[in-house]
Amino acid sequence: MTNCPTLIVTVGLPARGKTYISKKLTRYLNWIGVPTKEFNVGQYRRECVKIYKSFEFFSPDNEEGLKIRKQCASAALNDVRQYLTDEGGQVAVFDATNTTRERRDTITRFAEQNGFKVFFVESVCEDPAVINENIVQVKLGSPDYTHCNTDEAVEDFMKRIKCYENSYQTLDEVLDRDLSYIKIIDVGRRYLVNRVQDHIQSRIVYYLMNIHITPRSIYLCRHGESDMNVKGRIGGDSGLSLRGKDFARRLGQFIQKQDISDLKVWTSQMKRTIQTAEGLNVPYEQWKALNEIDAGVCEEMMYEEIQDHHPLEFALRDQDKYRYRYPKGESYEDLVQRLEPVIMELERQENVLVICHQAVMRCLLAYFLDKSAEELPYLKCPLHTVLKLTPVAYGCKVESIFLNVDAVNTHRDRPENVEVSRMAEEALYTVPAHQ
Amino acid sequence: MSHKQTKLTQNPLQKIWVPWMSSKLSRRRGSSVPQFTNSPTMIVMVGLPARGKTYISKKLTRYLNWIGVPTKVFNVGQYRRDAVRTYKNFEFFRPDNEEAMKIRKACARSALSDVGTYFMLEHGQAAVFDATNTTRERREIILSYAKDNGYKVFFIESICDDPEIIAENIKQVKLSSPDYIDCDKEEAVADFLKRIECYKVTYVPLDDDKDSHLSYIKIFNVGSRYLVNRVQDHIQSRIVYYLMNIHVTPRTIYLCRHGESELNLVGRIGGDSGLSPRGSQFAGALGKYIKSQSIPDLKVWTSHMKRTIQTAEALGVAYEQWKALNEIDAGVCEDLTYEEIQANYPEEFALRDQDKYRYRYPKGESYEDLVQRLEPVIMELERQENVLVVCHQAVMRCLLAYFLDKSAEELPYLKCPLHTVLKLTPVAYGCKVESVSLNIEAVNTHRDRPAVSACDRVAESS
Repeated sequence: MTNCPTLIVTVGLPARGKTYISKKLTRYLNWIGVPTKEFNVGQYRRECVKIYKSFEFFSPDNEEGLKIRKQCASAALNDVRQYLTDEGGQVAVFDATNTTRERRDTITRFAEQNGFKVFFVESVCEDPAVINENIVQVKLGSPDYTHCNTDEAVEDFMKRIKCYENSYQTLDEVLDRDLSYIKIIDVGRRYLVNRVQDHIQSRIVYYLMNIHITPRSIYLCRHGESDMNVKGRIGGDSGLSLRGKDFARRLGQFIQKQDISDLKVWTSQMKRTIQTAEGLNVPYEQWKALNEIDAGVCEEMMYEEIQDHHPLEFALRDQDKYRYRYPKGESYEDLVQRLEPVIMELERQENVLVICHQAVMRCLLAYFLDKSAEELPYLKCPLHTVLKLTPVAYGCKVESIFLNVDAVNTHRDRPENVEVSRMAEEALYTVPAHQ
Repeated sequence: MSHKQTKLTQNPLQKIWVPWMSSKLSRRRGSSVPQFTNSPTMIVMVGLPARGKTYISKKLTRYLNWIGVPTKVFNVGQYRRDAVRTYKNFEFFRPDNEEAMKIRKACARSALSDVGTYFMLEHGQAAVFDATNTTRERREIILSYAKDNGYKVFFIESICDDPEIIAENIKQVKLSSPDYIDCDKEEAVADFLKRIECYKVTYVPLDDDKDSHLSYIKIFNVGSRYLVNRVQDHIQSRIVYYLMNIHVTPRTIYLCRHGESELNLVGRIGGDSGLSPRGSQFAGALGKYIKSQSIPDLKVWTSHMKRTIQTAEALGVAYEQWKALNEIDAGVCEDLTYEEIQANYPEEFALRDQDKYRYRYPKGESYEDLVQRLEPVIMELERQENVLVVCHQAVMRCLLAYFLDKSAEELPYLKCPLHTVLKLTPVAYGCKVESVSLNIEAVNTHRDRPAVSACDRVAESS
């Protein structure tokens, strides 16, 4: 995607969402396959100065403090260099205030020396309500304030912000015209984008311009149990079993009880998700991109049949389930690429219910819960269970709600023996029961 | 407690499952049309003459139509030319020319009215209002009109002070304008520059404070900087992303198919076969042709299918594989000949001829699906400079339709023969196409739309 590694540098006063953006962006880039890591200088500071006393540490005339902070920044940059040069990283997010031109020049020089591209992400916000909410959500729970009560913590943090304000040099239209950056103003009401250099920076800008922090919930579930599910067959385009139809009814009741304002409902273009949505009696939108993974020549087979007819393929799949592509079909890796526009639109939306399929749901869940490519294909997404995701602090709260309608288990764990030479029983050991 | 489970029926053309009942509710319930926006959107250009407004308007319109958003450009200058048959000189645009002002205002209103007609009666979803719109007063008129009718408004302002860019602009598109048909070059340039001056007097750019409640993007110096304010919805987000990826650096895009494949030779569609001997010859010839073109920094893209990769291998340069460039999935018809499709799936075959763009093969794809799959490829092509794309017939038709602004009806019948390279060069408001046959024989894989209708058609012997 890019030849040189990229160093993303956050800029902004405390409590402007830099860490929120860093973590979210890192999660997104890793999910789409760009190895990314964040380096939070505050974390380095906490490791260096074991106990945080007060805002005085950040006072601009605290020489001792300044020395330590500079060292921490250097240590972090060193780790960035190692990550991008020796560990195969492609993007590093340098998460710190970086509020002075001097500090940013140091970073730019560092990047030049090492052949990294630099892209600044500045967050500017003066809305006291937003800043307060920010402090409540992520600062009060910080290791810095474990021993303080709420009022003490807030007061100290406000003074901390003040320490930075005097020396804050925002990215300037004229002075910084040769830098590549995006300035996010008032949590996304306005953006200033300067000199996007390449594809990855363009994708980063697009992503940042689509995310928001309005509270909302995302509901993920699979279609109701299908006739194929019951027979232990994968893929296909069958309808719901009786129990699946029952689930559709219960899902409708559940959604009504949740009393969600302005809920959008999305399905795939396969019969079983649409039948499920029909039970809700609300408008829904069909996305081809939400269709189940294409199992190619293995479509509509049972695992036993796959072992019988394609034992080599079956073993290869167990060896690397994420990258394995069914002959004439798809891989989980392909799925992620296909689902990227869905994720982008989910970020834009507010309350959404996505009725999809096992592999698809695993991919979406991995995005929200920051699961690796290794874990992704083994995430548990049972039938008749709704996952309610609510963004909180830097991550996502998950609530699992089983709607009390029995269904077959379609989850096949990775067997112990993944060698091509294995016996059929070893391959089929973890196949869930079916008709 | 018991709720009647609605029966689903699959629309035979697109293979979309919809509720069986045909009540008004069901139209919206199973919507397979992407809901980009509920209200129609007015995209309003802002900027002095020669700032690229019409270039952006046409390009954006082409893109939106290609991705399936019915869009039309309303160029107020065109309305003015229709009203005032002969253009004399820049004096028409003087801010104190009351007579002319009246005409210009009437033209703007007429264009607005046509926007309304396009939205209300012609199912338009986006309209690009291409004019200078440089005064707050004019923009207020547009905003009022949109508000009264429930249209969303998104402004695109192009700001540029680089005299070189403006001069190039004038050369590319103004000298050949109907306004300057009987002028010599110097006269035309002098007059146009005076025309720009007329606008400068009253130009009020979008103000970041006074207009902070409006939705807009400001483009500075052909894209080195952007200011984006209050993006309201999905379509505006896509528009912004598109505008931020296009550029005006001269470059060339080469489109071709893989060399003739083994399956091509036996008249079979799809599959993943290798090159025939003639196909290999083509790959060699392609390599020679590319070398002869001496293209700086050429990127080469292929699909994940054997035949395009084998073709690229012969070029001896680095290439990138895109799964998105794979040929259309013919589902149950993969590897069949057209005769076999007619014999085994006569209804499908007929449906395909009825609406080749929207027809989806059972367990396969439609051209409409292809376009959605190819959108990231187009976006990256816009970002890039010199690129050679080695792909497939249906894929190449989709890409070509984007560059040459072909409709959904024409797209599936565009001629993309084997062993022929299409060289596309952006020029003025469009694309120049050069068709280069590399002189190596190959089968013809183009199937025209048959004249006989589905009902009357009887299986013809090949």
